Amino acid sequence: MPLLDVKNLRVDLPVEAGTLHAVRGIDFHVDRGEMLCLVGESGCGKSMTSLALMGLLPRKARLTADRLEFDGIDLTTLSERRRSDLRGARMSMIFQEPMTALNPAYTLGNQLCEGVIRHRGVSRREASERAIYLLERVGISAAKDRLNQYPHQLSGGLRQRVMIAMALMCEPDLIIADEPTTALDVTIQAQILRLLRELQQEFGTAVIFITHDLGVVARIADRVSVMYAGEVIESAPTPALYANPGHPYTRGLLSCIPAPGKTPPGSRLQAIPGVVPSLVGNVEGCAFRNRCPQAQPTCERTPPLKSLLDDHQARCHFADQSVPAPRQPETMS
Amino acid sequence: MNVDSTIEIAGPRPLSTTPSAASISRTPPALELCGLSKSYTLGGGLFKRGRSLGAVSDVSLRIPRGQVMGLVGESGCGKSTLAKMLLGLTTPSEGDVLVDGKPLRGANQKALARHVQPIFQDPYSSLNPRKRISQIVGLPLQVHGIGTARERAARVAETLDVVGLPRRAADQFPGQLSGGQRQRVAIARALIMRPDIVICDEPTSALDVSVQAQILNLLLDLKQAFGLTYLFISHDLAVVEHLVDRVAVMYLGRIVEEGTRAQIFGAPRHPYTQALLASALTPEPGLGVPDIGMGDAMPDPSAPPSGCAFHPRCPRAEAVCRQQRPRLEDIRGDNARVACHFA
Repeated sequence: MPLLDVKNLRVDLPVEAGTLHAVRGIDFHVDRGEMLCLVGESGCGKSMTSLALMGLLPRKARLTADRLEFDGIDLTTLSERRRSDLRGARMSMIFQEPMTALNPAYTLGNQLCEGVIRHRGVSRREASERAIYLLERVGISAAKDRLNQYPHQLSGGLRQRVMIAMALMCEPDLIIADEPTTALDVTIQAQILRLLRELQQEFGTAVIFITHDLGVVARIADRVSVMYAGEVIESAPTPALYANPGHPYTRGLLSCIPAPGKTPPGSRLQAIPGVVPSLVGNVEGCAFRNRCPQAQPTCERTPPLKSLLDDHQARCHFADQSVPAPRQPETMS
Repeated sequence: MNVDSTIEIAGPRPLSTTPSAASISRTPPALELCGLSKSYTLGGGLFKRGRSLGAVSDVSLRIPRGQVMGLVGESGCGKSTLAKMLLGLTTPSEGDVLVDGKPLRGANQKALARHVQPIFQDPYSSLNPRKRISQIVGLPLQVHGIGTARERAARVAETLDVVGLPRRAADQFPGQLSGGQRQRVAIARALIMRPDIVICDEPTSALDVSVQAQILNLLLDLKQAFGLTYLFISHDLAVVEHLVDRVAVMYLGRIVEEGTRAQIFGAPRHPYTQALLASALTPEPGLGVPDIGMGDAMPDPSAPPSGCAFHPRCPRAEAVCRQQRPRLEDIRGDNARVACHFA
């Protein structure tokens, strides 16, 4: 049984012009100890999905799902009280901007220990010891002194390390990391990602890693789900996705980033023309068809999820046919 | 998009009005920075002296006409301060900027704006939300008192065509446009004065990847069509490699390595450049995340380390690195400069 099992998850938000269908019936699952990347561009619903899983959706949002189970617990019917017992204790979250996620008025020690004292009922001393241990594990020197510091006294990279330590305080089964390295420099990003991957494997934590960066995905994910306009349009084990992308959107995304050594410098990049459709009101047919180089009249109908090889699915009428015309991205070795 | 047919290519104009500038036989680089420094004073008060923070120290660079110079480095390394000095938004503490061989010091802001224009990172905050696109793009013409209202409207329409925006965008507000369209507006605003030099400060970092490619293609087209010179500041190394002719790598306010694209990306010589390139995650599954073996953060720029500023994070540092600052030199005579005792 997967740790997290999601079937037909929908999130609707009432807006002035009607209803915004932010998440439109997505399926995915996360196994224990696995790193799943949710990848997509802004507005594709990836952050709404993570908030839905954490039970942190805006009050006016409406969530429905055929199944939304965490370790066999049905999250859709859980009371807010039970939900909040789960949050922090068994599922925790790392946000993009640690400065806004950390409380500027409390010391790091306070914030690190609060959760574990509440959820695990340990003493403050035990909590502090664990905090020091984890701060050291995430590579922060003078960990003991740091407990008395405030968030503004740390650099961005250090703050994000604190967030990771905080997420691990209660030894959760699942961590949801929403663009945790997007605001950081590349050198710091590499260090943080390495650390997250190492700790994840050591503690056997499952991670849902949300990002728009296909470079990051390639290096850390076990499996990938690509989102577009509120749907998962393709999911696959990482090597398969990069070697044989089955959806035209995935192919487009992969070919519009310049690949050093493959894309001739100064040449025109393959861009995906147009913009994402509005998700207010009903979306009929394939949401990508107005930007798709292969669109056919058939695409007016909602495409089925087609199975390709080994746990690889794509939501495209032509996913199982060979790719026609436009330049096929070179396969990665 | 047919760029050539819509706007004639403006030739380079000298900054001052002296006609002799055009008659110089050896054409100066479009942009030259000579020993440029900028320091700020931190803290201090009536009876206390503040500390000095060298945001940019002794930067010298030449960007030939029609070329793209990339500028890379971590946040806080001085990239944006450098850009501000080039745009005349802040005065250098020392050194000079030469535009077309003419010093910028003393030149007035308006004259400079005809030659050098910026494109900023965030098209959400760089456009006035209460003005229509036609007003935003046409404002520079108005400020400089160019043309009649009708001529200005025509130039705005032409420029919107050039950057690939629909004509109807002229009457819209920034809030009605997507991120990519807004960045096109920012580009149109920069180009309407027909500058020679465009300072691009992270022009695609706020955009989605699929849109980023459209904007990069546009920047390449415009460079071709108008013979533009770019200073391209970015932290995205794949984008820099794709776009530039030469690259300068900055660390803690100084340039530590500078050379052609092939020299820097093919065989980086400074350990910092090497670490920077190693930490770029290309979309190649199975490679994992590299261990770049570099300490955590940049040191405090108000108290830079002695000798080579990179030595506390450098895997190769030796005693000499702590004592002596390496000079940025063309050691091999191959027109590439590097500041490292062991390069």
